[in-house]
Amino acid sequence: MSDQGLGASVARKEDRRFLLGKGRYTDDVTLPNQSYAVFVRSPHANAAIRSIDARQALAAPGVLAVLTGEDAAADDLGGIPCGWTITSKDGSKMVAPPHPALVKGKARHTGDPVAMVIAETRAQAKDAAQLVEVDYDPQPAVAHLNAAVANGAPQVWDEAPGNVCFDWHLGDAAATDAEFAKAERVVAIDLTNNRVAPNAIEPRAANGYYDDVEDRYTLYTTSQNPHLTRLLLAAYTLKVPEQKLRVVAPDVGGGFGSKIFHYAEELLVLWASKKVGHPVKWTSDRSEAFLSDAHGRDHVTHAELALTADGKFRALSVRTLANMGAYLSTFAPAIPTYLHATLLSGPYVIPAIYAEVKAIFTHTVPVDAVRGAGRPEATYLLERLVDKAARELGIDRVEIRRKNLIQPDQFPYQTPVALQYDVGDYPATLDMALQAIDYGKFAERKAESEQRGKLRGFGISTYIEACGIAPSALVGALGAGAGLYEAATVRVHPTGSVTVFTGSHSHGQGHETTFAQLVNERLGIPIENIEIVHGDTDRIPFGMGTYGSRSAAVGGSAIYKAVDKIVDKGKKIAAHLLEANVADVEFEDGKYRVAGTDREKTFGEVAFTAYVPHNYPIDTVEPGLEDSAFYDPKNFTFPGGCHLVEVEVDPETGVVEVVDVAIADDVGVIINPMIVDGQAHGGLAHGIGQALLEECVYDTEGQLLSGSFMSYTMPRAADLPSFKVGNHVTACTHNPTGIKGVGEVGAIGVPPAVINAVLDALAPLGVTHLDMPATPEKVWRAIQAAQGGAA
Amino acid sequence: MRNFEFHRPQSVADAVTLLKGNDAAKLLAGGQSLLPILKLDLAQPSDLVSLAKIPGLKEIRSEGGDRGDLVIGALVTHDEVASSPEVRQRIPGLAALAGGIGDAQIRNRGTIGGSLAHADPAADYPAAVLALGATIVTDRRSIAADDYFTGLFQTALGADEIITAVRFPVPERSAYAKFPHPASKYAVVGVMVAKTAGGVRVAVTGAGSKVFRLTALEQALTENFAWRAASAVEVPPGDLRTGGESSPEYLAHLVQVMAKRAIQACQ
Amino acid sequence: MATISLKVNEKSHVVDVEARTLLVELLREHLRLTGTHVGCDTSQCGACTVWVDGKSVKSCAMLAVEADGAAVTTIEGLSGNGKLHPMQTAFHTCHGLQCGFCTPGMVMRATELIQRNPNPTEDEVRHGLEGNLCRCTGYHNIVKAVLTAAETVRGGAQ
Repeated sequence: MSDQGLGASVARKEDRRFLLGKGRYTDDVTLPNQSYAVFVRSPHANAAIRSIDARQALAAPGVLAVLTGEDAAADDLGGIPCGWTITSKDGSKMVAPPHPALVKGKARHTGDPVAMVIAETRAQAKDAAQLVEVDYDPQPAVAHLNAAVANGAPQVWDEAPGNVCFDWHLGDAAATDAEFAKAERVVAIDLTNNRVAPNAIEPRAANGYYDDVEDRYTLYTTSQNPHLTRLLLAAYTLKVPEQKLRVVAPDVGGGFGSKIFHYAEELLVLWASKKVGHPVKWTSDRSEAFLSDAHGRDHVTHAELALTADGKFRALSVRTLANMGAYLSTFAPAIPTYLHATLLSGPYVIPAIYAEVKAIFTHTVPVDAVRGAGRPEATYLLERLVDKAARELGIDRVEIRRKNLIQPDQFPYQTPVALQYDVGDYPATLDMALQAIDYGKFAERKAESEQRGKLRGFGISTYIEACGIAPSALVGALGAGAGLYEAATVRVHPTGSVTVFTGSHSHGQGHETTFAQLVNERLGIPIENIEIVHGDTDRIPFGMGTYGSRSAAVGGSAIYKAVDKIVDKGKKIAAHLLEANVADVEFEDGKYRVAGTDREKTFGEVAFTAYVPHNYPIDTVEPGLEDSAFYDPKNFTFPGGCHLVEVEVDPETGVVEVVDVAIADDVGVIINPMIVDGQAHGGLAHGIGQALLEECVYDTEGQLLSGSFMSYTMPRAADLPSFKVGNHVTACTHNPTGIKGVGEVGAIGVPPAVINAVLDALAPLGVTHLDMPATPEKVWRAIQAAQGGAA
Repeated sequence: MRNFEFHRPQSVADAVTLLKGNDAAKLLAGGQSLLPILKLDLAQPSDLVSLAKIPGLKEIRSEGGDRGDLVIGALVTHDEVASSPEVRQRIPGLAALAGGIGDAQIRNRGTIGGSLAHADPAADYPAAVLALGATIVTDRRSIAADDYFTGLFQTALGADEIITAVRFPVPERSAYAKFPHPASKYAVVGVMVAKTAGGVRVAVTGAGSKVFRLTALEQALTENFAWRAASAVEVPPGDLRTGGESSPEYLAHLVQVMAKRAIQACQ
Repeated sequence: MATISLKVNEKSHVVDVEARTLLVELLREHLRLTGTHVGCDTSQCGACTVWVDGKSVKSCAMLAVEADGAAVTTIEGLSGNGKLHPMQTAFHTCHGLQCGFCTPGMVMRATELIQRNPNPTEDEVRHGLEGNLCRCTGYHNIVKAVLTAAETVRGGAQ
């Protein structure tokens, strides 16, 4: 290992610009003759739009245009496409209603964009937006799953009777039924998975520029995957060929899934720029973000577990309603299906599993991937159910898990829900986490808490996730509209420094450092001499971007493969220079050496020769030293581990304090331990936030009650403890790096551990159930109800 | 935010002149409540009259020696109250309350006068003012705390009246216990308890449409200053907010718990 | 329009602004100091934190005209000449930042925190950062960075 290669906790290269205030985020980009867009959004969850009167707005100072759905239709702008098609049980395709960039005639959620006002300054645009008169005819709306599937519920789409988008299933119903029929014990649970807002601290923004001389569009946007955005703009929405489109995702202030999707505003600023002859910039307010960024989760689930009397799992049956919102966002249908139901085996041997997922339209903001995306929902229901089973069967919570974990010698392990796990060591991470939290002394700590009037609880979650998304052929067969490989170009410069062009996108993950470390590991070049370029479709190869913890595993593997090609070509050049057979030349520690001799050429010498090919095998080897690779994964990767949480509950107020968190993850081979730990910390905060604090609350009329940071609780520093993070590595068996991925482990693993800990704390009071978020009033009410109180 | 005329008068009298006859004018102190309201277009004043350049509004002083009142100028920030040796020594419960308002940046700008003029039903200072029996000093008169808070965001201030200081009698003991909203940090329920030679006063913020006193508890505590009295507190249901995030039952319960904790913190 | 004069990062400026212009808009749009960020519209997130006359404030909750005559320090001016302040260095070595968006406000607030409390406990640091939101780091390494910077500055003062 070099001091900058795999396993080195080097401080990040990208930090300096951020620390000096020199980052360049989308809203920082101001172009000559910049104009500004502000959207008029529906205040109603469901309303017919009778008319829009823009005359006053158009007459206001600085206003360049007011555009509506009529204008968009007249210019044949495409609707926002959904990139994944699910086929229902009965063989029918899901209902995919139109998703216009600006609505025409009807608004279907609060925040639906009705008109776009463009002015010379942002303030002028805001002023004028208030002058646009929209005549709405409000109609009954439905926001919640159970209400949306009830008889007589308001219908979001005529073409989706009962508000059903699709009714899908996975697994072997007959085998599962048979297990339940002969089960010695059955444990059932009903729970919800709360709707959350992604809330990257940087709000979304888009700045579109049409160059009428070059007939070319440039879009600066807060995207996790600029090439995907360009593809959708080209093929579906703007309908302009790719070479006429440049999409730049510069520094992006966090994504968490919400910046994967192609949003209407990205299309509209480009379209409007051509119409007004100015670049058009839109920057979301936070309250606007709550109404226009895709939300996450929002499931209602009933699940049953069949067990033997001594606690061996025999079968799992799951029925879930998943809220899609009013429209289908880019990957929405895949989240509760292929990223959820396929994970229902968890880290356990469960011989039979059957899952039904019904996706439901409501008059709410679309729901799509948020950090974890489907896998947190699966983990949450399974781990809650396992805990409940342990209590009902009188088995220790740790032991029931230990008894059912897939053992290291059972890999590769085929689950009943389509996935084949390649490798893992779940007992090892379980033991590691238990040791880190000093589980043996929990009773002492509980007694100490009790002396202070606090109820202490211990919570556990053993989890698995699927990431490294994804084999293209597989996802294609499952309904995806895109491939999910990644691309890299490695350009060696004449003096031996390197630029890597990657299709992955870094918005906090630290790729400028970790990808340089990968190259350093292979070529021995100091990371200071390796530049990572990402985020600009004019510069980088066509790649699929960053989400689903895929970049190190898939993007890193693409870089690895491109470096392989560089190394091989260098061998041919070195062999020529060393007057040896290519087969005899080996590459190690940045040097080409004739095996068994001290005859060698440095990588730098070979690179220089490639570009100054005076003494060169020109008949068989091209000059230059640059190569590309597209890496398509063979399988998902399967990080997993054990998350442990201790909480203290104040029984008087219901306040839950997380007092200790210890986790042991297996995320595969680690490039930079400091960065991997940082990713785990962030995911843990996200997961604890979902468990205790965060919820998008809609009222029955479809108004979002928690639409700002005044009412939607984001985790703060004082809400969290420091975290104990450990890793136990088993290398991924099917990619060249052995990396599995770490970005989502916290958000996936920890929420059930938190709730299990709260329920453990409250068990002596008779509380058996809570839904997330476990807010103080909810906890207090549960205590009152269990104690037979008035609440 | 709509545009407005901005004024920075050099004297209270000039400020009053600017307000007089202009219902659409608003006073600006630290702006930590007003600016967010303007940004969301919840208020659209024609004129903003800043008090920042008026001398004499930023003092903390004790009047009449060691037993006299503590007088805090209208433009003294929450942070200045929290960190003032004089306040910490004489009314530590008030310093602690100020140190728990909002967050550090808000405490660096927000002022006591601004908070009281705004009279947010979930603000912290109203509890202190009411429990400590303070007097609101304006450009023209003194208003007893009991007369000052008249309703939701409503006070006894005239449209062109300006708070210049707040006069706090110094209690024997006082403490504030707050159950903050996890997102906004405003008080879901905050209870201030003050024990003086003349008796005990207890004020509740957050739970109602305006700050209010718990007179039954005050009587019980005046007779016997013990935290157990708090469990018998019955909050008149009409005093409690409805339709908010917290149910009236939970609010009533929190009032009991926070009252108990404030009493305990006084011991 | 109002004409105001103020110092930003030691440099004097005379600027015409609308009365409603926020300090953060003055910094970002008029002076092109884009290191100060806007992450919300209700002054919760703290990404816009700068110093006005040495105190950390949320520049989204202050009018530019209120800063007339004031000395403002932004992340660009925390340390001079492209050097890193010990707080910035500690964020770097402790991995106290990921996407970098909350970082300028976080660093400005954290630096004031250790100026006023040179030897804070972990709990004091966590509560002292109440006005700043971060979605990436889970605060773990931010807290570590602030404690590290405090130690560095204390060591340097001896």
